[in-house]
Amino acid sequence: MLSLDTAFSALADPTRRAILARLALGETTINELAEPFKMTQPAISRHIKVLENAGLIVRRVEGTRRPCRLAPAGITEIDRWLGMLRDALAENYDRLDQVLASMKPKKRKGKR
Amino acid sequence: MSKMTLNTEGDRHVVVTRRFAAAPELVYRAHTEPALIQRWLLGPAGWTMPVCVNEARSGGKIRYEWTDGKGGGFYLTGEYVELVPFRKIVHVERMHLPAPTPDNLIETTFEKDGAGTLMTMRMTLPDSETRAAMLATGMEHGMEASYVRLEALI
Repeated sequence: MLSLDTAFSALADPTRRAILARLALGETTINELAEPFKMTQPAISRHIKVLENAGLIVRRVEGTRRPCRLAPAGITEIDRWLGMLRDALAENYDRLDQVLASMKPKKRKGKR
Repeated sequence: MSKMTLNTEGDRHVVVTRRFAAAPELVYRAHTEPALIQRWLLGPAGWTMPVCVNEARSGGKIRYEWTDGKGGGFYLTGEYVELVPFRKIVHVERMHLPAPTPDNLIETTFEKDGAGTLMTMRMTLPDSETRAAMLATGMEHGMEASYVRLEALI
């Protein structure tokens, strides 16, 4: 079971969000990731480790390379939860639509 | 097609927009008059807001209490920072679960948009960790969803 706390902490960092955005385009290696971020490989490795622990990405071994990619399960979990939040807020605002439809503008008297 | 957008901005913000088919004056009133607030700011089905204190003036107090009718519930307190009638509300709020969450500074604007209103709600949290924690808390306490929208950047 993935922890959403851990996942959201992992997402709290802009570099890690950027890494995920890059991985959304496809599998890549740490070397390739380090390049556009102008960060050292160890620095990127630390971010990767956080994302991996949060269940957001997975790595596989391919000879000497260890490419990373998005972990569908982790992403789905977050998507599902975000969908729930969206739905709850959408419900509130749909109710507000009804409230507004039932209101009439107050007549304002001369003064303002 | 959705009338609503929800985005994170930078490390500390959450921004929600929503269009309404009513003039800014009405949308503003629905956010500041208790009798109206109690009709919609409820979160998941089955929840009600038996206590709604809303002193719509600078420094005025806010207190919303929700219950699920089955012994579950929690509340929110806040203070108004600034109100520009029918156009803008700035307030601070925190949830009590029962320990208070860090303050959330929220600026809500109501702009005329054709015959309706474009509402923009911009939340500012103390830091990125608080934003993450607040959103995670929202999962256990669905009512937080009334205030929080987040769209994955992924």
